[in-house]
Amino acid sequence: MEEIRGKVWLFPDNIDTDLIVPGQYLDAPVQEIMQHVFESIRPDFAKTISKNDIIIAGVNFGCGSSRENAASVLKELGIGCVIAESFGRIFFRNAIAIGLPVLTCRDVAQNFSEGDLATVEVKNAAINNTTKSISLTGNCLSEEMINILEKGGILEYLADKGDESV
Amino acid sequence: MRMTMAERILARAASKSSVKPGEFVTATIDKFMCHEALAAVYGNLKKYGFKSIKNPENLIVALDHYSPASTVRASEIHKIVRTAVKDLEVKYFYDTNAGVGHQLMVEKGHALPGELIISSDSHTCMYGALGAASCGVGFAEMTYALCTGVLWFKVPETVRFILKGKLPPLVSSKDIILMIAGRYSSSVALYKSVEFVGPLLEELSIESRMTMSNMAVEIGAKFGFFPTDSLTKAYLAGKTETDWEDITYDQQAKVYKEYEINADDLSPQVALPHSVDRVVSIEDIDHIAIHQAVLGSCTNGRMEDLETAADLMKGKKVHSNVRFYVVPASMDIYREALRNGVLGILVESGASILNPGCGPCFGAHMGLLASGERCVSSTNRNFRGRMGSDNAEVYLASPATVAASALKGYIADPRD
Repeated sequence: MEEIRGKVWLFPDNIDTDLIVPGQYLDAPVQEIMQHVFESIRPDFAKTISKNDIIIAGVNFGCGSSRENAASVLKELGIGCVIAESFGRIFFRNAIAIGLPVLTCRDVAQNFSEGDLATVEVKNAAINNTTKSISLTGNCLSEEMINILEKGGILEYLADKGDESV
Repeated sequence: MRMTMAERILARAASKSSVKPGEFVTATIDKFMCHEALAAVYGNLKKYGFKSIKNPENLIVALDHYSPASTVRASEIHKIVRTAVKDLEVKYFYDTNAGVGHQLMVEKGHALPGELIISSDSHTCMYGALGAASCGVGFAEMTYALCTGVLWFKVPETVRFILKGKLPPLVSSKDIILMIAGRYSSSVALYKSVEFVGPLLEELSIESRMTMSNMAVEIGAKFGFFPTDSLTKAYLAGKTETDWEDITYDQQAKVYKEYEINADDLSPQVALPHSVDRVVSIEDIDHIAIHQAVLGSCTNGRMEDLETAADLMKGKKVHSNVRFYVVPASMDIYREALRNGVLGILVESGASILNPGCGPCFGAHMGLLASGERCVSSTNRNFRGRMGSDNAEVYLASPATVAASALKGYIADPRD
């Protein structure tokens, strides 16, 4: 996986998936949901996101509902990766499963300000705040998670294996 | 070998004699439940060219989130699901008249002790009340697991809540789980398995246990177990022909942390907007007028919950400012409540009885809130915008508190 370079969007603790995909758009196509991501707390988000921007958050990012489109819509918007102190576990799994890199890193949110530039090397969990010259190391993903991400998602991984049953 | 309930089930599912926390395993899934998500799963099967699913007899499908279809889009999704269940030879399909998928899994004997179960919804942990290891997944993982029969898991640490004391009158298991969330936060069990154990269990009906297991995900948990006992056996009698084994908890197994919870002086609890762990005791609530009250959902839509409300509301009327919606969790419950007079009592008091399903819970179907409105609800989440407007407020509470509040027009103590 290539190094990710982008602008940081900082989020507080306990960002739930209803904030990412508001309930009334739960069954909408991703293209429609995209316009409403984080609408209630950061209405500017969808309009001003750039490709490979990075979300950095506190604890329990993506808590709540298992809605997979919370992860896929962030990927569709171009988010390069999400790094948080901790994640809602279903969101974490969904992100890996659809090919959105996610990393946990202790105290990550304390080491970034909104708009800082960051680079991330997912395989080594190397996180750099290039604006503030801070280097952090997050928690490495498992080998299987890396394999899945490198293929672009768990179904791409399965299709590639060419074997529908284990 | 001393193992926690999670370790025991994951070891068995991964064909290993033992596993330890932090270990990654590939585990065979026993049962799968999909709601409207089957449409997305079916789409994935077509997109990636996967021809079939491995064990369709282990897949239970229930249309519950948009029952009945409230938009053409929802109806088209249901149409896809109906095509999919035929094409995939699904044996157990519950259409829009049956109820919430999680409720059907437990009351129809699909979720059994010791099984490893995944579903396309986060409240899957509810089957832990029957000693099942059950958790929610998204569409891609559900598709993968249905095709291969397996899924990777990281073996979790376990957090144990030892429940003691005696529940006072009109205080219920919903108040216990809200109190736990409030006292220890919504990330107390993050990435972990939860075991609810202790002497209080003897007094907790299976329905009451389901409420707590259901909300395990709200404290971050992967699984939310109760060990099986005579109450489990009585609950499952006649529901399944499949043999199952008791699953107890091992007091000696190493756990991450234990918490003692005493129910003796517990009062009704309320989770304030917009977070499940912003919990206060009812005594500490000032006058909060409400516009809507909801009794129902997979969390608290069972007969016990409806009966609790009916007992408080018999002969009384819902406050004129309040819209009171009752959503039985399944058609079986609805029928029984009709027969035993409970629905009649609620209707006479002024409740609107909605058909079994997810209803107002997730803010996309019906019973939505306008800006500035407040709802007290027996459901499981009160995030901003959860039940409609971003500027509405949802307060979570027990069925008794919801009923008392519907009568008074403000969040009220059911014991008064």
